[in-house]
Amino acid sequence: MKFGILVTEGPYQHQASDTAYQFTKAALEKGHEIFRVFFYNDGVNNGTRLMVPPQDDRNLQKNWTELAEEHQLDLVVCVAAAQRRGVLDASEAKRAGKDADNIAPGFRISGLGQLVEAGIIADRLMVFGD
Amino acid sequence: MSDIEAPDAEGGVVKKFMFVNRKSPHGTVYAVESLEVVLISAAFDQDVSLAFLDDGVFQIVKQQDTSGLGIKNFSPAYRALGDFEITKLYVEQEALDERGLTADDLMEIMYEDEDDDYEEKPSVRVVGRGELSKLMSEQDVLLSF
Repeated sequence: MKFGILVTEGPYQHQASDTAYQFTKAALEKGHEIFRVFFYNDGVNNGTRLMVPPQDDRNLQKNWTELAEEHQLDLVVCVAAAQRRGVLDASEAKRAGKDADNIAPGFRISGLGQLVEAGIIADRLMVFGD
Repeated sequence: MSDIEAPDAEGGVVKKFMFVNRKSPHGTVYAVESLEVVLISAAFDQDVSLAFLDDGVFQIVKQQDTSGLGIKNFSPAYRALGDFEITKLYVEQEALDERGLTADDLMEIMYEDEDDDYEEKPSVRVVGRGELSKLMSEQDVLLSF
C-alpha cells in the first residue's frame, strides 16, 4: 500500500511524532511504500537540526533523517508553518535576512500543495496529531 | 504558490477530502492553519468539505471580535470559501446543543450555485452526529485539526 504521512505535533511535546516515525518504519519494513511525510503545525519543529536532546533519549530529527537516507523518504516541512516557527533552509534564511538556517539533512521546505498532493496520490493519508 | 502542481497532474483524480475542525478558533493555531490547507486544496479540483464539531463550532460563530487578543480575526475568510467552490460546511447539531448555540449564532456563509442560475444558497448544513459519522465514512481523505 502507498501511504502518505502527516505529522502535526512537535517533537518531545507530544507522542505524535514518535508514533508517526514508528509507523513509517514499520510500514517500510513490511514492504509498503511511503509517498511522502509532511510536517505541519508544530510538526515542522521535527525538522530542525539544532535539537539537542539528552544522550540517553531518542533524537527524533536524527531518526527521521536516518530513515530518509535509508529509504529515500521525501520529508517535507510546510513553508508557511516553518517560517512562523523559525525553521528555515538556506534560501529562506537569506530571503528573510536571517543569519542562520536550521533545516536538518533529509528534510526539504515546500508548500501545502505537497500535502494535498499526498492525499490525492497515496492510498491512505495517515494523520498523526493531537 | 509555485509548488502547486497543475490540478489535473494526477490524471483527473477527484477524491473526497473532509477537513475536520475540532478546536476553538483562538487559543491554539489549529483552526487558522486548517483553513490554510482548505484554501490550498481548492486549487486541486477535489471534492472538499469541512466539518465542525466539538469546540470547532466556535470557528464559525458570527460577530467574532479578536481585538482584545492581539490576534488577527480570520473568521471572514470562511465567508469567502464559496468563491473557491468550497460549499459544504457540516456543523454537528450535538456540538451546538452542548454549547448552548443554535444555527442562528453562526455566520451566514453562502455560495452561488452555478447549476441553478447562480442562486445564492447556504453552505452551512447542521447535521446530527449519526449523519456526520456517515459522511466521514464516505470520505477518501480525512484531515483532522
